[in-house]
Amino acid sequence: MEALKEELKNKIITTLNLEDIAIEDIADNDPLFGDGLGLDSIDALELIVILDKDYGIKLVDPKEGKSIFQSIETMAAYISANRTK
Amino acid sequence: MTQTKNYIQSCITIQNNEIVLNGTSVFKTEPTDFADFSKQALRNFEIQYPKFFKMDALSKLAFLGSELLLSPIISSEEENNIALVLANKSSSLDTDVKYQESISDKENYYPSPAVFVYTLPNICLGEISIRHQLKSENSFFIFDAFNAEFMSNYSNILLNSDKADKVLCGWVEYFNEDYKAFLCVIGKEENEKYRDENINTLYNK
Repeated sequence: MEALKEELKNKIITTLNLEDIAIEDIADNDPLFGDGLGLDSIDALELIVILDKDYGIKLVDPKEGKSIFQSIETMAAYISANRTK
Repeated sequence: MTQTKNYIQSCITIQNNEIVLNGTSVFKTEPTDFADFSKQALRNFEIQYPKFFKMDALSKLAFLGSELLLSPIISSEEENNIALVLANKSSSLDTDVKYQESISDKENYYPSPAVFVYTLPNICLGEISIRHQLKSENSFFIFDAFNAEFMSNYSNILLNSDKADKVLCGWVEYFNEDYKAFLCVIGKEENEKYRDENINTLYNK
């Protein structure tokens, strides 16, 4: 699980072009949206693409995203339980 | 509509790894690609704006030029009625091509929302408006070449009809690492420095 969290932090920084943020700056329970990393709605769509492309998870219900993308912790837990690749 | 003379207040040119503000070179790098040049410029002017790194090249180019022209004249206490009128030749083609490439493989079909949102040239006007909280008139035109007469006429109409207090207008062209931005602020205040200069003269300098 720790390796997956590290991998997710890397992917988020690279894919979302978070130029001034390092892996160490993201705590596992930091909110990804709002006051945390400050991601926006386009970033949320990119996270959905990451789930599909890298882990074979298609989000059928967009409302699920709110709980899945709360933090690195919640993302990693969801991916671990549902990944197909 | 009152016909009054309007004046160039300030101007900026960005090309060949150099930024020239009001005739003075204010930033220059060794030859490098635009991504690196624009990042260095942002750091050099100590502009704190993380969203810059999410922009495509055209928006970065427009953002940098407008930032140096608008920051000194933007008021944080009142609404800034500064119209934006930009044009270029290649529209958003640079990003369009990148987006098309990203969806050309049907076996690996993952369109990027972050790239897709920049497949319109006028997005750069939105980026400038968001940055400076502008709710003013804005338009983006596509021309074969810089059309100084059009820019001048359009700006004068906006100013003389009181649609805007100032106009940021100019050319923002980017395709395949070939880029040029020429922007100027036009307003009603007489400006000694540019009294005899017109937009075309400044563009070709």
